Amino acid sequence: MADLVLRGVTKAFGAATVLDGVDLAVADGELVVLVGPSGCGKSTLLRLVAGLDELTRGEILIGGRRVEALPPQERGVAMMFQSYALYPHMSVRDSMAFGLSVARYDRAAIRARVEQAARLLQIAPLLGRKPGELSGGQRQRVALGRAIVRDPAVFLLDEPLSNLDAALRARTRLELARLHRTLNATTLYVTHDQLEAMTLAERLVVLREGRIEQVGAPLEVYRRPRNAFVAGFLGSPTMNFIGARVAVAGPCEVACLLPDGVRLRAGANGAALRAGDPVTLGIRPEHLRLADDADARIRGPVAVVERSGDACYAYLEVAGARDGLLVARLDPDSRIRPGDRLSLAAPLGAVHVFDADGVACPPAEAA
Amino acid sequence: MTRAVGPATLRARRARAAWWLLAPTLAALALAAGWPLARTLWLSLTDATLADPGDFAFVGLANYLEHDAGQWYGVLADPQWWRAVRNTLIFAVASVALETVLGVAIALALDVPFRGRALVRAAVLVPWAVPTVVSAKLWAWMLNDEFGVLNHAALALGLIAAPIAWTADPDLALVAVIVVDVWKSTPFVVLLVLAALQMLPGECYEAARVDGVHPVRVFFRVTLPLIWPALAVAIAFRALDALRVFDLVYVLTANSASTMSISVYARQQLIDFQDLGFGSAASTLVFLTIGLAAIVYLRLARLRPEEVR
Ligand SMILES: Nc1ncnc2c1ncn2[C@@H]1O[C@H](COP(=O)(O)OP(=O)(O)OP(=O)(O)O)[C@@H](O)[C@H]1O
Ligand SMILES: [Mg+2]
Repeated sequence: MADLVLRGVTKAFGAATVLDGVDLAVADGELVVLVGPSGCGKSTLLRLVAGLDELTRGEILIGGRRVEALPPQERGVAMMFQSYALYPHMSVRDSMAFGLSVARYDRAAIRARVEQAARLLQIAPLLGRKPGELSGGQRQRVALGRAIVRDPAVFLLDEPLSNLDAALRARTRLELARLHRTLNATTLYVTHDQLEAMTLAERLVVLREGRIEQVGAPLEVYRRPRNAFVAGFLGSPTMNFIGARVAVAGPCEVACLLPDGVRLRAGANGAALRAGDPVTLGIRPEHLRLADDADARIRGPVAVVERSGDACYAYLEVAGARDGLLVARLDPDSRIRPGDRLSLAAPLGAVHVFDADGVACPPAEAA
Repeated sequence: MTRAVGPATLRARRARAAWWLLAPTLAALALAAGWPLARTLWLSLTDATLADPGDFAFVGLANYLEHDAGQWYGVLADPQWWRAVRNTLIFAVASVALETVLGVAIALALDVPFRGRALVRAAVLVPWAVPTVVSAKLWAWMLNDEFGVLNHAALALGLIAAPIAWTADPDLALVAVIVVDVWKSTPFVVLLVLAALQMLPGECYEAARVDGVHPVRVFFRVTLPLIWPALAVAIAFRALDALRVFDLVYVLTANSASTMSISVYARQQLIDFQDLGFGSAASTLVFLTIGLAAIVYLRLARLRPEEVR
C-alpha cells in the first residue's frame, strides 16, 4: 500500500492537450473517484499512472517514489480495464495467475493467492471456466480478482461497472464498497456514472476537459458545487438552471428577478454581485416543493409527468429555464397531470447562485 | 387453408435452399476435379500409353505393386518413387516450418506501427503476387553458376573461392528449392497472421504489461494461442501446396533425382515415359498422400469450423 500523488500532470496528443496540469493526492488506503463527461481524460489519467502512456509534463509519485520513468510493471499498480481485458482462451484460474510472476512466487503460493482472491470475490466455483462461459458480472469479478491477487500499491479501475445492467451494477457497487473496506487499498476509480461516484467515493474529483473542476467529499461537492458545471454534472435529474437578474445582493442573501418578474431569494453570499448583474439560479429537483402561500415562487404549466415509482417528476414550462423546462421531484402519489398549473417554492438555502462565468457564490454569511 | 410450417419443414426448406446454392459449385467440382480423378483412377488400373490411349488392357493393381517372377514391379517398388517421397517430405517439412516461423516473425514486426508501414506491407507481398513459374525462372537465373548474381556477389565479397552450382549440386539443389519456396510463400503466412493479429484484443496486452508479464511469455501464452486458428489454416494451405509441389522444382532443377518431388515423378512417368497407366498410378498415390496428410493434419491441429473465424 502506498499513497499516490500527481503534480501538474499534463498530457498532449499532438496539438490536443487532453490533461492540463492535474494536481491530486490520494492518501494511503483512500478510494478516490474520478468523474467527468466522456472524453474529459479520465482513462488517459489512469493510463499515465499505470505507465501505459507517457507524460508530457508533470510528476507522479507512488509511495513517495517518482515513477514517470518506470515501466508499468515496476510501478506496483494493478489496473482493471473497462472491457476487463480477460484472455479469451484462458481459464479464470490461469487468467488470475498469469500476472503473478513465477520468479516472485512459487506454484503453491500462486495457487493459494488465486484461491483466496476467488473466495473473497465468490468466484471459486468458476475457476475452471473461460471468459466466454461467464456472465457480465462474473467477468467483472474475475477482472477484479486478477487485480487483487497481485496485491498492488495502487488500484486503478477504469469504469469497472459500465458493462453491467442496472440491477447488477447496483449490486456490484455494493460489493466493491465492501471489498474496499476489506482490502483498504489505495484506489483511483474512474466512472462517468454520477451515482457510482457519489456512493463509492471517499473523495470525489470532477474532471472537465482535462482540468480538475472540484475535489471533495461527495456530499460536499453535491451540496456546494463550486460552479455550474459540477452542479449540473452531479444529480439525476440534473439541477434546474434558470437565468435571472440580481435585484438586491448582500452577504447573507441574494434576491433575484426571474424573467417573468417573480422575485426569488437565494441563501448565498452575493457580496461580489451588483443589482442588475445576470446570474444563473440552480435548484435541484428534490428541493422544489408544491407551494400555496404567497411566498416567492416558480409558476408554470406542466408539460410532462414521469412516474418512477418512488417519485413523480413534473416538468414545468418556465420562462428562462434551460431548455425551457424545469423539473421537480414530487410525492409519488401526487395527482398532477400535464396541463395543470403548478406553483413551486424552494428553501432559501437550496437555491444556488452562479455568476456570469458559472462560478458559484460562496455560502451565505450567518446573519 | 394454411399449411402449418413446423420446425422440421422449416429445416427441410433451409436444407433444400442450401443444396441449391451449393449445386453450381458441386457441379463445377464434379466436372473439374471429380471426373479427371475418376479417369486417372481408372487409367491407373490399365496398361494404357500416351501414344495410343485408346488401346489398353485392364491390369488390376499391377501399376501400383506386383510380384512377378521373383521381382517386384510397380510404383511402390520403384526406388525413384521413394526417393521422390523423401524429397517431398523434406521439402514440405522444411519449407513450411521456415515459412511459419518467418511468417509469424515478420507479421509481428509489421503489426507494430511505424512510419512507412503500409509501403513495407505491400512490398512484403510482392513475392507472393509473382507467378511461381516466373519467380522460379528468376531464381534460376540468380542461382546460375556462370551468370548468376548470387555467385557474382559472393565471389566479389570473397565468401566463396569458386562459383557454386546451386541447383545442379545434388547436396545443394534441394536446399535451393526450399529457399526459393520460403522466399515466395512466407508472405502468404504473413498475410494471414497479420489479419489475425489485428483482431487481437489490445487491452489484454496492456493488462499483461501492467502485470509485468515477460513479452516472450505473453507471446507463447497469449498471442500464439489466439492466432493459432489463423496460423493453422495458413500451415494447412502451405503444407498441402508443398506436398504437391511441381512448378518450382521442375523449373529450377527439371527431372533431377536429387530434388524430384512426387508430382514431378508422376509427370515424368506420364509424359516423358509415355506410360499412362503407371503415371496415373503415381498420380493417384500423390492424391492419396496429400489427402491423408490433410486428414491427419486437421485432426492434429484440431481445426473445427467454429474455431476458424
Ligand atoms: N491515443 C490517442 N491519440 C489521440 N487522442 C487521444 C488518444 N487517446 C485519447 N485521446 C483523446 O483524449 C481525450 C480523452 O480521452 P479519454 O479516453 O481519457 O476519455 P475518457 O474521459 O476516458 O472518456 P470515456 O468516459 O468516454 O471513456 C479524448 O478526446 C480522446 O479523443
Ligand atoms: Mg475512458
